[in-house]
Amino acid sequence: MSCIEQMKYQIHLERTSFKDARAYIEKNSDEVYYVSPGYKIFKDYYIIGIPPIAMGAKGNALIFPYTKPCHGSFVLSIDNEDSIKEINRLRETGKEKATTSAKKSKPAESSRASLTSYGICGKNEL
Amino acid sequence: MTGAKVLLMMGCPEVPIQTSIALYLSHKLTKLGFDVTVAGTTAASKLLKVSDSDGYYVKKLVDLDKTIVDIIEKRTDFDMCFAFMHNDAGMTYATTMSSISQAMMYSIIFGRNAEALAETIEFDCEKIVAQDVHNPVRLKNKLDKVMEEIMK
Repeated sequence: MSCIEQMKYQIHLERTSFKDARAYIEKNSDEVYYVSPGYKIFKDYYIIGIPPIAMGAKGNALIFPYTKPCHGSFVLSIDNEDSIKEINRLRETGKEKATTSAKKSKPAESSRASLTSYGICGKNEL
Repeated sequence: MTGAKVLLMMGCPEVPIQTSIALYLSHKLTKLGFDVTVAGTTAASKLLKVSDSDGYYVKKLVDLDKTIVDIIEKRTDFDMCFAFMHNDAGMTYATTMSSISQAMMYSIIFGRNAEALAETIEFDCEKIVAQDVHNPVRLKNKLDKVMEEIMK
């Protein structure tokens, strides 16, 4: 069990496909960053997913996908001191890294993309 | 290829043929000289453990999520990975494995939606597809051909 399940989290979407989870994050976040599978958050959770994996920030909350083999993909958010640190880490690494490639990229990389650059109008579509 | 490290990556055990095929493939590959590790969820591992209580067919049984972490942290890796999948989550796990590991990927896709699921796979792999739930014979026969090709 990762630390995620022991933290206070909110479920936004449950038992869905990974692509739907990604679309939800892209449409419902103020900022969206893309990371590779295996990107680590909250000390010991390594993101399972199909690249590009969208990670969202909304206020101080980190919005991210969470996949379980028997239950499908979920969209969770966590809003605490650690989520602020995670969002800042995404912002910092995103400024320096190029767009994440879909295959064989390093697990720890992240990249920043504006919502509009992916053809999504973000909050306006809510 | 003898001695190569092979990972059998089991997903949700909801579809019955996964357990029998994992046992069969593990035993067959071990007899062919491969170093086989089977990784599974808690439930999938328990099904395997009860079916093979003396560890005759599966020599190494490990936790799926821990194995993924070990690969990400570069504590281990494999030469080949057979990823079982019958749902979107299984395909998502296999895509993750394809991204973090150097292993040659073989996707074992089964269940009622096998063909549609196979079409959603975006990573490089050999697909072994059988639209079966209870009867493992068709999938077994396809895997026998794959193993023949590997041994050539």
